[in-house]
Amino acid sequence: MKKYHVSTTINGEPVEFLCEPQQTLLDVLRDTLNLTGSKEGCASGDCGACTVIVDGRMVCSCLMLGVEAEGRTVTTVEGIATGDTLHPVQQKFLEHAALQCGFCTPGFIVAAKALLDENPNPTEEEARYWLAGNLCRCTGYDKIIRAVLDAASEMRREAAE
Amino acid sequence: MTFIGKDLKVVGTRPIRPDGVDKVTGRANFGADMTMPGMIWGKIKRSPHAHARIKRIYTEKALSLPGVKAVVTAADFPDIAAEEAFAGEAIMDFRDLSRNCMARGKVLYDGHAVAAVAATSPAIAEAALDLIEIEYEVLPFVIDVEAAMAEDAPLLHDTLFTQGVEPKPSRPSNIAKRINFTKGDVEAGFREADHIIERRYTGKPVHQGYIEPHACVAAVAADGQCMIWSSSQGHFMVRQYCAHLLGIDISNIRAMPAEIGGGFGGKTLVYLEPVALALARKSGRPVKIVMTREEVFRASGPAAGSVVEVKLGAKKDGRLTAGEVVLKYQAGAFPGSPVGPGCMCAFAMYDLPNASVTGYDVVCNRPKVAAYRAPGAPNASWGVESCLDELAIELGIDPLSLREKNAARDGTKAVHGPTWQNIGYAETLAAVRAHPHWTAPLGPGQGRGIASGFWFNIGGESSAAVHIAEDGTAAVATGNPDIGGSRASIAMMVAEVLGIPVERVRAIVADTASIGYTFLTGGSRVTFATGMAATEAAERVVEELKKRAAMMWEISPEAVEWRDGMAYPAGPNAGAFEPLSLGEIAFRSARTGGPISAELSINAQGAGPGFGTHICDVEVDRETGAVKILRYTAIQDVGRAIHPAYVEGQLQGGVTQGIGWALNEEYIYDGEGRLDNPGFLDYRIPVASDLPMIDTVLVEVPNPRHPFGARGVGEVPIVPPTAAVANAIYRAAGVRLRDLPMSPPHVLAALDKSDG
Amino acid sequence: MPHVVISGDMVRRFTGGEREFEVEATTFRRLVLELDRRFPGLGHQIEEGMAIAIDGEIFQDAYAAPIRPDSEVYLIPKIGGG
Repeated sequence: MKKYHVSTTINGEPVEFLCEPQQTLLDVLRDTLNLTGSKEGCASGDCGACTVIVDGRMVCSCLMLGVEAEGRTVTTVEGIATGDTLHPVQQKFLEHAALQCGFCTPGFIVAAKALLDENPNPTEEEARYWLAGNLCRCTGYDKIIRAVLDAASEMRREAAE
Repeated sequence: MTFIGKDLKVVGTRPIRPDGVDKVTGRANFGADMTMPGMIWGKIKRSPHAHARIKRIYTEKALSLPGVKAVVTAADFPDIAAEEAFAGEAIMDFRDLSRNCMARGKVLYDGHAVAAVAATSPAIAEAALDLIEIEYEVLPFVIDVEAAMAEDAPLLHDTLFTQGVEPKPSRPSNIAKRINFTKGDVEAGFREADHIIERRYTGKPVHQGYIEPHACVAAVAADGQCMIWSSSQGHFMVRQYCAHLLGIDISNIRAMPAEIGGGFGGKTLVYLEPVALALARKSGRPVKIVMTREEVFRASGPAAGSVVEVKLGAKKDGRLTAGEVVLKYQAGAFPGSPVGPGCMCAFAMYDLPNASVTGYDVVCNRPKVAAYRAPGAPNASWGVESCLDELAIELGIDPLSLREKNAARDGTKAVHGPTWQNIGYAETLAAVRAHPHWTAPLGPGQGRGIASGFWFNIGGESSAAVHIAEDGTAAVATGNPDIGGSRASIAMMVAEVLGIPVERVRAIVADTASIGYTFLTGGSRVTFATGMAATEAAERVVEELKKRAAMMWEISPEAVEWRDGMAYPAGPNAGAFEPLSLGEIAFRSARTGGPISAELSINAQGAGPGFGTHICDVEVDRETGAVKILRYTAIQDVGRAIHPAYVEGQLQGGVTQGIGWALNEEYIYDGEGRLDNPGFLDYRIPVASDLPMIDTVLVEVPNPRHPFGARGVGEVPIVPPTAAVANAIYRAAGVRLRDLPMSPPHVLAALDKSDG
Repeated sequence: MPHVVISGDMVRRFTGGEREFEVEATTFRRLVLELDRRFPGLGHQIEEGMAIAIDGEIFQDAYAAPIRPDSEVYLIPKIGGG
């Protein structure tokens, strides 16, 4: 099958890749670029395990074609930490034991970061509705919501300093 | 040695799990994340029919598609002879397993694997599936359990004769097994009763719903040595089952544990691995297969759907005199529903003088059920815990008092025989009574329900190795995939024994060639059984460290004491020596006899049973039938919480799965016997906005058979929620729901009926 | 002599319906051997399919599980789990 050349920016780096027209961005990330942090749980946009940020918007990378990444800026879970410094959301997930198997975690981390980028002071209800597109079968969401709200308050504290 | 009642420094704290950073940064490698040089892609052709004879499979066109490297069908697998099926649930019938992985002769459910292809890209493999032509003779099918039990039902297996009935039946049937447990004199018990209640409760199959679809990579070398990388609840299980299904020596298979993205029992068997191995063998290339979500729903194990008939007799004061339960469980395409444990769990929480429990294991044209968290128990308790609530209402007794009056305690004889000891059920009821949630005021249209749950928990075979590094840090290797934080609990127990901070102990999951045999991650056994092996291995290391210190001091090892990661002379008579740290002893280990390590393999016994009681508040929307969970508290005897945050997480997760089972989840079949909702859009599991925080109370009645007093905790919490929710709905809206799920249309229909 | 009860009715075809036995045995292994001597085939069935509860404590696949003369012994279906 004919492949298309795509130029894009992923996690701050310029990236070029070839992809078939039917390949999703998730396929490209995982199978072509070896960025396997984004997970495929459903391939239909229902589970959120493949969540990435494209030009500031949270999207399911299984619902976007690889060719649509042309000229765009993509952030995946691999790009959330800064060097060896974890993002507050990542740190709070660890402190609150907000993961069990960890498979949905990359999607939650990216979605939670996107939430806090847009709304630094979400209520519990706002956090629950924002994250309603991310499925977790292990935790019952309790510790995830606590981690996200705690990360929000820490980021506000840091911003105030 | 026991650490119960001792002052502990690590156990009971909440450190960050050893594998945590990899999992929040995307570095952790799950089943589908593996790639090998030369790897190609496998896909599986599945039956569109619920029941059909396979007349012919044409593979030539698919094989001639450029990029296709191999096609396999049942002809590529040994035809495994029928084996004796046993009374228990734990026995795998390899003939059935083989035919579940690849249909032979007949397909038995929509989604049943019929052929598989491997090609150089997923797209080519997908295209090749369409080129495989299969001639079927479509047969009549049966989906529901009671229809499958009928005399004239279409038969799935003409070799299946009901076990457990005398004389042996002369005709085959879909009822694989009948089982009964009786205690006392049931008829006399009902004669003694002032009040008798008899009800029927049903439930649909539900899926475990792990977010990670099944995935594996298999490679076969020219000399027959195989490597399997896969996501499972036990790589030793993968090795054993693949060896058996393909006729390979176990020593020729090395199974590598991927991180596992949820299992809940659904990954305690193989679907893809034998197929990937067969494709790899035929093509000479490593083969990767990843299920789609649709395949997960259509072809991997849901939990049994069931019909549960409950009859209870009680005195006016609420004291139970007799109970009778009939359980009819759907096994799916092959025998083996968890009806045996269901029978034993039905009345496990109660001191019942007279009881009879009868179970039926019934095959039908659905995917073969797999274990799901406390397999069999939620179905039985859905009936019994709902019926107890109905009894409480009819007797005018509050449901907590009714349970207190009849609770099993140490010394109570269970219906299945044994006398309970060291159980904490009554303690969970006492915790409910003391909890502010129990007496918190409710608003109009709101209601509160309670229900209890039980699970046995198991021990079993486990291996663990503790290695001390040259600087006095430690590694602990076990053979259990870490499904929910077990690296943390294992590392904590080892750190406690060695007397060093948990950050100085790293826990890994070793492959099948690198650690002794270890039974799978299931039955809530890892922290209990593998934790016991790791603790004992660490104790052996401490003995060795004392010997090494004694050698350095030139005194007897008995004169050395180990405290807080240091060797001390045991008393003034032992001599005046400066204490030696673990690091100092390790650094000199070459001089005192070599590296310091211990590996231990055990078959752990004495898993303490688990009991829990849940309180649930709901609000019912009378316009839409939607049920909102307002507040939820799960109380459970956990023995000893090693890492309390992950224990709470087990309770919260189990509750949420139970709420999904209660309110939304179900397998829906169309008139042709095809699954109608094989995706997360139409099979709706709970999402964050559906739920409140899930409060937990960890009651700790130590299990004397575990060094730290731990009991399994993962399974009990899925048992109470269905009845707790139904009981709350009754009190909120005045309607009694006896069919799961209690989804808005069903609740609305019940409300309309009650409004007349 | 320990009193042994087989819970449930799954071994009827071996014992003809008998479920309670007096068996001189100090371990699970001895118990299995003795029951198999009385009812050929039952030992295999017990070993593969059943667990033993001795004084309330469940043992699985444990030949050495100790039985005292006054022990309460139940054979129940093996337990698995999710």
